Amino acid sequence: MIATFASATDLPPISAPDIEYSLLAPVFIIAGVAVLGVIVEAFWPRSSRFLVQAGIAVLGIVAAFADTIWVFVHLDKLDGSRLARGQVAAEGALAVDGPGVFAWGILLIFGLLSMLLFAERRLEGGLSGFTGRAADAPGSASEAEAIKHRVEHTEVFPLALFALVGMMLFATSNDLLTMFVALEVLSLPLYLLCGLARRRRLMSQEAALKYFLLGAFSSVFFLYGIALTYGYAGSFRLSDIDVAVTNRTGGENMLLAATALMAVGLLFKIGAVPFHTWTPDVYQGAPTPVTAFMAAGTKAAAFLALLRVFFVAFGGSSWDWRPIIVAIAIITMFLGAVVSISQTDVKRMLAYSSIAHAGFLLVGFVGAYAGSQDSSRITSTSSILFYLTVYGVSSIGAFAVVTLVRDSGGETTHLSKWAGLGKTSPVLAGSFALFMLSFAGIPLTGGFIGKWTVFSAAWSGGFWWLVVIGVLVSALAAYFYVRVIVLMFFTDPVGEGPTVAVPSVLTTTVLAVAVIATLGLGIIPGPLLDLAQHAGAFVR
Amino acid sequence: MFDLQWLLIAIPLASGLGLLVWGKEGDRFGHLIGTAASALSFLFGVVLFASLLGKDGEDRSQSTKLFTWIDAGSFHVDMGFTFDQLSGLFVLLITGVGTLIHVYSIGYMAHDERRRRFFAFLNIFIAAMLTLVLASDYLVLFLGWEGVGLASYLLIGFWQHKDSAAAAAKKAFVVNRVGDLGMATGIMLMFSEFGTSSIHAVNGAITSASGSVATALGLLLLLGACGKSAQVPLQSWLLDAMEGPTPVSALIHAATMVTAGVYLVVRSNGIFDASEAARMAVIVVGLVTLLAGAWIGCAKDDIKKALAGSTMSQIGYMMLAAGLGPAGYAFAIFHLITHGFFKANMFLGAGSVMHGMNDDVEMRHYGGLRTFMPITFATFGLGYLAIIGVPPFAGFWSKDKIIEAAFGENFWVGLGALLGAGVTAFYMTRLMIMTFLSEKRWREDVHPHESPKVMTWPLIGLAVLSALGGVLLVSNWITEWLEPLTGHAEHEELAVPAIVLTLIITVVVAIGVFAAVVFYRREPIAAETPADSSVSFFARAGRHELYGNELNDAIVVRPTRHLTRFLVWFDGKGVDGFVTGVADRLGDTSQFLRKPQTGYVRSYALTMFGGVAVLVLALLAVTLA
Repeated sequence: MIATFASATDLPPISAPDIEYSLLAPVFIIAGVAVLGVIVEAFWPRSSRFLVQAGIAVLGIVAAFADTIWVFVHLDKLDGSRLARGQVAAEGALAVDGPGVFAWGILLIFGLLSMLLFAERRLEGGLSGFTGRAADAPGSASEAEAIKHRVEHTEVFPLALFALVGMMLFATSNDLLTMFVALEVLSLPLYLLCGLARRRRLMSQEAALKYFLLGAFSSVFFLYGIALTYGYAGSFRLSDIDVAVTNRTGGENMLLAATALMAVGLLFKIGAVPFHTWTPDVYQGAPTPVTAFMAAGTKAAAFLALLRVFFVAFGGSSWDWRPIIVAIAIITMFLGAVVSISQTDVKRMLAYSSIAHAGFLLVGFVGAYAGSQDSSRITSTSSILFYLTVYGVSSIGAFAVVTLVRDSGGETTHLSKWAGLGKTSPVLAGSFALFMLSFAGIPLTGGFIGKWTVFSAAWSGGFWWLVVIGVLVSALAAYFYVRVIVLMFFTDPVGEGPTVAVPSVLTTTVLAVAVIATLGLGIIPGPLLDLAQHAGAFVR
Repeated sequence: MFDLQWLLIAIPLASGLGLLVWGKEGDRFGHLIGTAASALSFLFGVVLFASLLGKDGEDRSQSTKLFTWIDAGSFHVDMGFTFDQLSGLFVLLITGVGTLIHVYSIGYMAHDERRRRFFAFLNIFIAAMLTLVLASDYLVLFLGWEGVGLASYLLIGFWQHKDSAAAAAKKAFVVNRVGDLGMATGIMLMFSEFGTSSIHAVNGAITSASGSVATALGLLLLLGACGKSAQVPLQSWLLDAMEGPTPVSALIHAATMVTAGVYLVVRSNGIFDASEAARMAVIVVGLVTLLAGAWIGCAKDDIKKALAGSTMSQIGYMMLAAGLGPAGYAFAIFHLITHGFFKANMFLGAGSVMHGMNDDVEMRHYGGLRTFMPITFATFGLGYLAIIGVPPFAGFWSKDKIIEAAFGENFWVGLGALLGAGVTAFYMTRLMIMTFLSEKRWREDVHPHESPKVMTWPLIGLAVLSALGGVLLVSNWITEWLEPLTGHAEHEELAVPAIVLTLIITVVVAIGVFAAVVFYRREPIAAETPADSSVSFFARAGRHELYGNELNDAIVVRPTRHLTRFLVWFDGKGVDGFVTGVADRLGDTSQFLRKPQTGYVRSYALTMFGGVAVLVLALLAVTLA
């Protein structure tokens, strides 16, 4: 006993962790603004609180985005066989590298566009699309009272910002524990946001509960996977795991089980089959601005984490996991494309479409084409970054359209109500058609280039037959996107037909940005592709 | 000046987009703007072509780069165009015939309240088609390829109030996606093999690549060509596409878009020259389609569908010629151009007939129209003489050359092509007799009349071209003109002198005409289509388009539908799983709501858990095995 005490005094002093504030500033800004939002929630008068919350959220994201650009430009270029830039930061917890900072950038753009949709108040007669008081039971007297007094939940802005912080950390985590914390930070606010719809509240709450239960379920697998990985490699750091995996330290079965369980947690978040079951219900039930935020942001962050874990930590055992991911990619593309054909609800259809897109992205991932110094073919990582950008912007645009097609009960998402939309509102239907064409991968839209890049990365990685399947499935998928266009333009409206609400400048901006980006990335994708290519590989 | 060739595309594109966004006030003169845009593009095309004529053979390929479309590392695609001997001819054909059809449409669509939009779509089509032929990179070509598909889709379904039109449009789109699959995969293969998709570079590098790459590329491009050009086995959409307005059938589904497949094969001649197997496949596809199309043409009573069968068959000829290699490329293009003239002429003639017959397309309700529509009859007659190959009309020269080249390749291929010529004569004579000659079999309330001048003048223009198109062959102009691109071919020695073969062809054609006259003049033509049971197997099969739809249904549509149902069921969502006809069923909201929604979290969690188990076990199994 005494000896132990004696040695305790000899312990080296615990030094404060060394944090690279200038590199991590974008994350700190968003986190700071989120905390500021909580303070505003407590002290600002209710009457003008909504505007203040929306304002600081938007300003915070813009500031963080500007800072992200600064960080991206100032990333150190590393020597090595492959192009890579950036460094490991925060005592090894985070990797601030090219792909990670690129992901910050697109996440912040998605966040900004979503905040504009969150702040839209013209559609519900001067109120936001979120419920006034979530604690009231749907249909109760107190709910009616809340509606009467026009109360609003302004917490949605800080909640979304916390989720955004989680996403940014998730995309740059360099050790598994940080990754797990980031996963929960991004998920918890989203669970809550899903249940806050103003209309169809029961459905919204059901969606939130489902998302929470299944999310928790998948987190458990992820955590167990982390534990097994630690058991195998003796470290949480991705680079240490890489060393252990490459040297085959023994206990391969434990490694395989760890790989599988980690994959489950990540595949759940990107909505890959068979871990996709939550997607249609949650996309449908959640308030549409939240769905837009989730569809774009969660998918991007989770894909970055997936790439990082599998390329950096498990890169040495890629021959073990690739066959399984190939199988998942095929069934994900296929199920997403085929089942969406029979959907009758726009939001569910977009949900299945997002599943199909996860499949296409997995095709690029499986190619695992890392490039080399002499050849500068597009790598898997940069193709996926490009695809995520296009998909995210188009999705947010598509969901923005969904918020505008309404009847007396709020948004009308049943496809039959969309018949003849092209006649009553050609511009809106035209932009939705554009997003559909982009999802279908028709040339001159960003979606075409996106598909093209992920497929060519997979081809470079030697999976030409998977590309053939992918092209085949995308041909199949094109069918249902075209069906929606036919419905909007060539079918006569049923009954009175849809009414299209006139949005404020916020939603209009989102739509305009989405249309311009979808078209622009199809016509001149060069600059962004180049940027994605310059992001290089992950640092370890 | 060639740096400005993008203007060829930009003019109709700007006009098309402008007309689309223009409001109601554009209705009064929208059609004039559309026509003017097409005419302007034609004039500029003529100027470019003329200055091409003034250059030496070496300088006749004028490329220009508009901007860099994709540039990421070695992934580099230029938005570039090439105006050369081949694309120059196409530019003239597309904009020239296109302009005549625009003029005709002014009259034909006069009473359609959406005429402005129709002209917008036509303009967009012209722009996309020009992109296709001017592209100097396969990916840019693919852009035009999808563009014409989209325009064709919009125009087939133009009369959206007709369910059949919407269904036909959808079918055309879906079948074309199968062809696009070939194109897209082919371009991907080019990237992985050569690191580029520039047409010039790929066709240059192919000689140093392995034979299997050339064969794979050739077959993939052929798949694309089959989809666009309605060649067997992707032919089924073309007959349905006749649901579109007749000028569309003339422009897109006869003169230009459907010949894009032939263009693709000729343009990719480097690839096809490098692979014997791919060339053989082209020949087989061409030969089968030429006979199948002629067969269908014999049995259809719908004038537009009979002409569509004929289009299939004539494109089969072009495909066949393109498959013959350097010996046939020039003749494929020659026939493509003459066919563009006479088939557009006949489609517009059919439109003129329909115009006078209350939009009836049933030839059994026609008869004796010769005296009521003299101009239509005369112009149609010239097209008829051209297509069956009566000297000295255009089709004679081009078809004669193809059959001759086919005999040079292989006796049986030549025989097939010869047989096709006889059948062509038969079905076209049948069409002429049923429509213009024979006795009247009109419905009530029909008052046939000649069409207005705005419609007959384009007919006359095309009729003149049908008659004189053969001048392109004078002193082998077209073969020499295209030789720098397609390569030189030594003339194959035939067993008999060429003049004897020409005589044989003419005799076969005469037999075809004679047979039709005997067959359809001997007894009065029934005013109703005889029942399936009372006609021979050949007629029955022809009417049913050789059971192509049934075949597609059995091997593609039904399995897909079952698969969808299965997947939907598997996915645990109680949504009705109809693949097609969903638009009709969407009204059944209540039915949908009554269906139980199995959205139980526990079943979702179970699915996930099952997935985890499978994943872990599969990983272990794969590695331990």
